[in-house]
Amino acid sequence: MSDYFTVFGLPRKLTVDGEALQRRFYELSRQHHPDFHQGAAAEQQAETLARSAQVNRAYRALRDPLPRVEYLIALEEGREVREGATDKPRAPRELLQEMLEVQEALEEAKAEGMSTAAAERLREERARLEERYAAEADAIVGRAGEWDRLMDAGGDRKPLLEWFKERLATRAYLRTVIDDLTAALGEREESHVSHRRH
Amino acid sequence: MSRIVGIDLGTTNSLVAHVEGGIPRVIPDTEGRALLPSIVAWTPNGVVVGEAARRQLARNAARTVYSVKRLMGRGYEDVKDELPRLPFAVTPHAEVVSIRINDREVTPPEVSAHVLRALKQRAEAHFGEPVEQAVITVPAYFNDAQRQATKDAGRIAGLDVLRIVNEPTAASLAYGLQRMAEGLIAVYDLGGGTFDISILRVKEGVFEVLATNGNTHLGGDDFDQAMVDWILADIRSRHGADLSRDAEALQEIRLGAEAAKCRLSFDERTVLTIPFERFTYRRDITRADLEALVEPLVATTLGPCRQALADAGLEAAQVDQVVLVGGSTRMPLVRRRVEELFGRTPHSRLNADEVVALGAAVQAQILAGGITDMLLLDVTPLSLGIETLGGIVSVLIPRNTTIPTLAKEYFTTSVDGQTTIDMHVLQGERELAKDNRSLARFDLAAVDPMPAGMPKIEVTFLIDANGILQVQARELRTGKAASIEVKPTYGLTEAQVEQMVEDSFTHAEADVEARLLIETRTEADTVINHVERALRQAGGIATAEERATIEAALAALQAARAGTDRDRIRDLTLELNEATAPLADRMMEVAIKDAVTSRRADRLLDNSENS
Repeated sequence: MSDYFTVFGLPRKLTVDGEALQRRFYELSRQHHPDFHQGAAAEQQAETLARSAQVNRAYRALRDPLPRVEYLIALEEGREVREGATDKPRAPRELLQEMLEVQEALEEAKAEGMSTAAAERLREERARLEERYAAEADAIVGRAGEWDRLMDAGGDRKPLLEWFKERLATRAYLRTVIDDLTAALGEREESHVSHRRH
Repeated sequence: MSRIVGIDLGTTNSLVAHVEGGIPRVIPDTEGRALLPSIVAWTPNGVVVGEAARRQLARNAARTVYSVKRLMGRGYEDVKDELPRLPFAVTPHAEVVSIRINDREVTPPEVSAHVLRALKQRAEAHFGEPVEQAVITVPAYFNDAQRQATKDAGRIAGLDVLRIVNEPTAASLAYGLQRMAEGLIAVYDLGGGTFDISILRVKEGVFEVLATNGNTHLGGDDFDQAMVDWILADIRSRHGADLSRDAEALQEIRLGAEAAKCRLSFDERTVLTIPFERFTYRRDITRADLEALVEPLVATTLGPCRQALADAGLEAAQVDQVVLVGGSTRMPLVRRRVEELFGRTPHSRLNADEVVALGAAVQAQILAGGITDMLLLDVTPLSLGIETLGGIVSVLIPRNTTIPTLAKEYFTTSVDGQTTIDMHVLQGERELAKDNRSLARFDLAAVDPMPAGMPKIEVTFLIDANGILQVQARELRTGKAASIEVKPTYGLTEAQVEQMVEDSFTHAEADVEARLLIETRTEADTVINHVERALRQAGGIATAEERATIEAALAALQAARAGTDRDRIRDLTLELNEATAPLADRMMEVAIKDAVTSRRADRLLDNSENS
């Protein structure tokens, strides 16, 4: 099966015209959606179904900037990709140190029976982390153009790829800590995977 | 391709529609009624469906099944809280609940099949030819088991279900066909038993669902129940009677509460009158009373709306249009809450009861190739995952993914020579397997014996355009397809459905004529029953002459009822009804000192032809 960029006839670049992508998605859907192949033979229907599923997955992977980066990395590394897969992040050392402190503060607050003041401190901490979480996304998307220029010029993309991976790992790690804080504060966190559009 | 109809299989009412001359229309029954009450009754005459079943509901409560949609694809744990309220006996099997009717166990898909069969026959009578293919709607938030149960119901009814389509999406298609929808649309669908919110982008004929959310156990039924509890308490304090265990009285109260609720959507106050054997309950109810009762229930629809907006990456203010679907959206309180949330006035320009069926007809026409410029892209409402070590769920397909979609996962063995691998598939948003909805356990069999870790089995999870999961597996080293044994956690096995399809042929009424005769006889029985009761209670109110006239009409109907002349039974039923009407009116006047409102007369004469 071809990769998602190929499905949409696009080069492996991170700058994508959202409107054009949507238009192409609708065109491909009109070609392949099972609704329009109801009368076909069973074998052909199965093929249409698989093709339609691929178009849908491809659109979802490329539609938003951040998932696009995640998909691109997986593709460059020849990995099987699965949305929502929890790829164990290898976060930078200084982040781990910092997060350990947050975790310690959390354990302490729990041991004290989570006083109002402690809960308030944790909420502040969480707000700070949420900000960083959003900033990481901006930073990643902010370097998309750089990737595309390297593609055009045929430059060495490896360092940037590694940088993307590290930032994504940082982001994943921040998410885990934020979710832990939310759980400890007793505010139900429904999803275990981010379904939201980034 | 033969004719395909669109069916809205509702909790309270069901409809069938088709597209004619480019316009979707509901197919009415021979009396001109669009709605078929989703009620099935087992009577001495046979099985009756719809209005006839509704009219004898209180009298035959233990063998009359209503709101069965709430039991579709459900296990005992899911429904045990509401079982005490249901007048029929639900057998608590863990996997598929069933209903005990006389000496038979009937599953929810079989009950629904009776409703579908009645709609199928209605369509066949309309077209004068067999109808074998259908599109059936389900709540968007229905899980895999509930969808599969609906498909099974179709098969048992002799219908090839070409597509299961989501109700709010169907509604948007009906609006779209009339060019009444463009841009970002929120469809708020609150029906008899279920709630859905769907956010769509409609652009150049493409209906792209961005997100959906809901509650498959919230609707008008719950509002009615809140009223019933309140009325029971009121009767206890004012009449000193506890009717909470009187099945017939409970059903009378429920039907009375439902009717009062509907009136309060248009009137500020109403009078609820329910005649019982020993006393007549009468009570003024204001809209404010009703709103105080249902406010907490209406409030629970707002969370899913916010979640759907967040999942779609939208703010409420970005929504261009808010469409209301389902009978419960007639309540002013619901309209107010929706308006507050979205900051814009919602509308229901198309009939809120019919719009889903009309949309199903549009989808049927798309599948038939009759409409080529409209395309529906729907989503799966719940995340699909598999259980991994430690009981944690690993998500394969996140919720709100456009369908069809697929995900692949790789499995291997952990012991030398192992030949089977089992996996547990779940649906839901929680982290732990036990908190999610178990869909099925799969046994991957026929793995050739190899050292541990050697086999590499690729399993493909595919969610089709119906939102139903299909699983395929193959061993990559040998390229052999691995056979899969599916053990659905909730729902019927393939063999059980086959058996039911067979049974339905044996038990099916011979033809439409036979079914109509049964209905006519059942209606006659309802009237006979009412009249006999009225004569017993009338005492001195009835004149001797009147009594003689009524008894003559009664005897004539009883004689005709034994025969098979449907028109004659029907005519005599109407005659008996008319002969009794003046007496019933006077009885009502005596029972209630105040002026008799026309509604209350309707209530007492609930066997009149237009109820």
